[in-house]
Formats: sequence, structure tokens, C-alpha cells
Amino acid sequence: MNTQGHVFKYPDNVDTDVIIPARYLNTANAKELALHCMEDIDTEFVKKVQPGDIMVAGWNFGCGSSREHAPLVIKTCGTGCVIAKSFARIFYRNAINIGLPILECPEAADAIEAGDEVSVDFDTGVITDITTGKTWRAQPFPPFIQNIIAKGGLLASLKQD
Amino acid sequence: MGMTMTQKILAAHAGLDSVVAGQLINAKLDIVLGNDITTPVAVNEFKKAGFDGVFDKDRIAIVLDHFVPNKDIKAAEQSKQCREFACAHCVSHFYDVGKMGIEHALLPEQGVVTAGDCIIGADSHTCTYGALGAFSTGVGSTDMAAGMATGMAWFKVPAAIKFELSGKLPANCSGKDVILTIIGMIGVDGALYRSMEFCGEGVANLSMDDRLCICNMAIEAGAKNGIFPVDDITRAYMAGRCERTPVEYTADDDAEYEQIIKIDLSTIVPTVACPHLPENTHPAAELTDIKVDQVVIGSCTNGRMEDMETAYRILNGKKIADGIRCIIIPGTMQIYRDCVEKGYITSFIDAGAVVSTPTCGPCLGGYMGILAAGERCIATTNRNFVGRMGHVESEVYLASPATAAASALTGYITNPEV
Repeated sequence: MNTQGHVFKYPDNVDTDVIIPARYLNTANAKELALHCMEDIDTEFVKKVQPGDIMVAGWNFGCGSSREHAPLVIKTCGTGCVIAKSFARIFYRNAINIGLPILECPEAADAIEAGDEVSVDFDTGVITDITTGKTWRAQPFPPFIQNIIAKGGLLASLKQD
Repeated sequence: MGMTMTQKILAAHAGLDSVVAGQLINAKLDIVLGNDITTPVAVNEFKKAGFDGVFDKDRIAIVLDHFVPNKDIKAAEQSKQCREFACAHCVSHFYDVGKMGIEHALLPEQGVVTAGDCIIGADSHTCTYGALGAFSTGVGSTDMAAGMATGMAWFKVPAAIKFELSGKLPANCSGKDVILTIIGMIGVDGALYRSMEFCGEGVANLSMDDRLCICNMAIEAGAKNGIFPVDDITRAYMAGRCERTPVEYTADDDAEYEQIIKIDLSTIVPTVACPHLPENTHPAAELTDIKVDQVVIGSCTNGRMEDMETAYRILNGKKIADGIRCIIIPGTMQIYRDCVEKGYITSFIDAGAVVSTPTCGPCLGGYMGILAAGERCIATTNRNFVGRMGHVESEVYLASPATAAASALTGYITNPEV
């Protein structure tokens, strides 16, 4: 499994309120919510994002509220992967549970620039910046979590187990 | 090797003699919680996965609190979906308008959560219940769905930071100033993935409402949970209230902590977190020229009875400054009723404030006090992110009820003199 696309770059502490503002949470419809993804800090994101594109961010991505709508809208927009220096713990858990690929790699998050074309191989954790030719290897998930992802998310894995 | 308090509770719920930091476990849940925003997503996932029923109707709590009384048609549809699910599965702890309160003020008050519990909630401030000596953490809706179906959740056992509290808070400070000071000290990811364990002789000088407020904002430092030891104050609070027997756990003497931070409560000062992160803290006394448009006193962080008492003490017989909107939101119907009985509501109205029934409303920019571009609010809520209470060009300053009430009287951020 892999993804390839252009990079949208964000700073440290991107919180779930800017990923999907609570004023829209009077619906659980992912497609409707996805129209507002990132709009409070980047009004261009939903206009420009293409399937497979990649978000690259700093420390503590997804901090704040537990709303699962946050990883869900990022995924629904077609984003192939989020690479960050670190993730807030509830966002990390939610991303795994709903099947949004995420990788922690501080070095890649520092070096990759907005607009770069980047590919990610999820089996090996290798991140390649095609624009600059640099590569990094992110920490793989522990086997317990790999099992959840391989089975298609938490509920699917519970059903199968 | 010894275990922290959190690790002991997790080991017991996983049926293990001991656990170590980093270990992945499956643990039994005592309570699974959701609200009107997160439950609809969980219900959809629950149905999509084809689960037939809930693991225990008495161990699920569904609280309508974010957008109720329904703020619009879509919110009404979400409340309806929660109501129908709760009814279909005979969920005993379902709290609708008239019975509801802000979930993290309500569940401890109603005795639904207790010491020694292992609790997940599809709301990030579920960490509040650590104040009772429980392991309690926020999760997403899919975890809530899985928890409702199986009564279990997976956890990575957290390492811990120990906060050794000594001394006694000054009269104009409360739990809010303690937790804002800590977040200012360690940052919004200072406790990422870890538990914040509070201990020391200073604990005895903190009320239950102070402890609930401190644990409530553990998530704002990135923590998995916050937790206090059980003492006589906790026991007195739980007596005759908790529907299940409390179980007391204590950290081992040789428990391992990644970091130990000592805090002398007598050195705490009224503290304000400036936009747009809770770690951006300053003493209130240094923020004298900041004009505000709105004051909000309430939320799962500071909508409890002591918070109302503090607001009353400062606002009673006074007038809110011209041009300032002051919105006061008691956290539960019981607190609302107590405020009526004690005459606080009359006093708030005479001062020029408005008083709402319990709701999360303005805290997350839902309704009941949304800010326009360029407006500024001092609030006893928990987050001051960009656009949190309204327009992206509005600002939220986080503070204690004393600082917020004092600011309502002057129209500027004001150090409370109580």
C-alpha cells in the first residue's frame, strides 16, 4: 500500500477545531463536513487537494477535541497520508480506528516543503521526497496496531477476531 | 518494579498482576460515555459493524449537552438519533433536556463514575474523572462503538509525570490557576501519551471541584489521563452518591515516573492563557490593558457549584461594565437549582449577566455566545484555539471564575482581589 501526491504543510499544534470547526458538527455526514476541512487556517486546502495528496505538519497534530470527524474529513477529502513530528493521542487512535494512514517522522516533517511531490510506502515506512530526492524511514506501527489497520479498522478487526 | 496509580487500575482491569509503560493491553470498561456530537457517529459505526446489542445497559452513559436545547434542525436530528438509540438499548444513564448537565459535571455529581473505575468517553475532557481516583480517558466515536458492544478497549499503558503538590492556594486562586500554570510550564504536548499523577500534602488543600477542574484540563497538556489519590475529601464526596462501590488504588512507593515536578500551591497566582494556545499563560496582573467584549463563566472545566459561588461573591451587588456581555452557565440542573435557591441567579441578573441552562454551547463555538470578528472573550472554558468560540479573528482568554468575574466588572482582564 502506498500513496503519492503533493504536500500541504502545516505548523505545530494543529488542533481539531481548525481541522473541522465545531460550528459544523451539527451533522455527522462526512462529505458535508469535508467541505470545511482546514478552512479556519487554510481556505485553499479543500479547493486544491487531490486524491493521494499528503499533509505534513509539526508537533502534536490533532490536539484538542476527541472528535473523530477530524481524521474522517481529512480522509474524505482524499488525503492519502498525514506525516507529522508527533500526533495528539486521541487523534492518533482515531486515525488508526478509521483507517487514515499516519506516520510520525520529525526529520521528514522538517525537510519536506509545501508543494513538494512525496510518495509514502506504508509497508516499509519509507517516505520519498520526489522533488528533492531525499528519503526517510518512519517508525513502523507495533504489530497490535498493524493488525487493526490490516483488518480495515477497529470494528472490522473486532468482528473478525 | 512498582506501578503508578494509573498502571494499577489498568492492570486490574486487564486481569493482570502487573503492567509496564508501553505495554498494549485489553481492559474491561466500567463506563462508556458519549454526547450528542460523538454518539451519532458511534451509533452509525455500531450499526454498520452489525452489532446486535450493548454489553451492559447500566454501563453506558449518553449525555445530550453540546447543542441542547437543540440549537437548530440538524442538532435536533442528532439528539433524536441519540434518544432513539438509548431507548432501543434501554441505556439507563441517558440524560436528556431537563435531566442533563454538562457531562463532566454531571457524571461525578450523579455518582455514575467512582474511584477505581476504568472509563472511556467520546469526549476529550473525559479525563476529568481522574479527580475521583479513576482511570478515565477521552477516545473517538469508533472506540465508543466498540466499547458499547464489547465492554472492552485497548490501551497502551502510559508512563507518568508526578506532580508533588505542597502548600495551600492563595484566596484568589483555584484549581484553574493550578492547571493553567502547569500547562504554561510543560506546554500543550508536555504530557503527551502520559498520565499526570498528582500527589503530595497539598492535595488535602484542594476541594473536589478544584481537582475535577485540574484533571479536566490534563488533555490540554496532551496527557492520556490525570489522576488524584483517594483521600477523606474524595470519600466524603462519594459517600451516598456513587452507585457502585469505590475501589481505592495507591501508587507503589517504587513506581517509576519519567519526570517529577514540585509545585508549591502558595506560589500560584491568578493565571490567564492568551490566544491561541492554553500554554500561552501570563499572570492576570500583567494583562491590565486588555479590553474584553464578553465574559463566559461555565463549561465542563468551571461550571460547578464552587465556580458559581466565586462568581456570586464577586458580582453580588455590583454592575457588569457597560458594553460587556456576561454569560453564566451552571454545569448541571442540580447546580442550576442550587443557584436559584441561594439567590445567585437573581444576583447575576441584577448585575447585568444572563444565565443559561446547562450547555457546552459557547465553549466550542456552538451557540449561546458566539464571537464576531475582532471580538475578545475571557472565559472559564478550556481551549482558546483559532476560531474556537466563533470568528477566526476573535480571541479567547482562558481564566478562573474569579478572574473572569473580576474582568466582567471592569471590562478589562483584571486580577481578582478576593
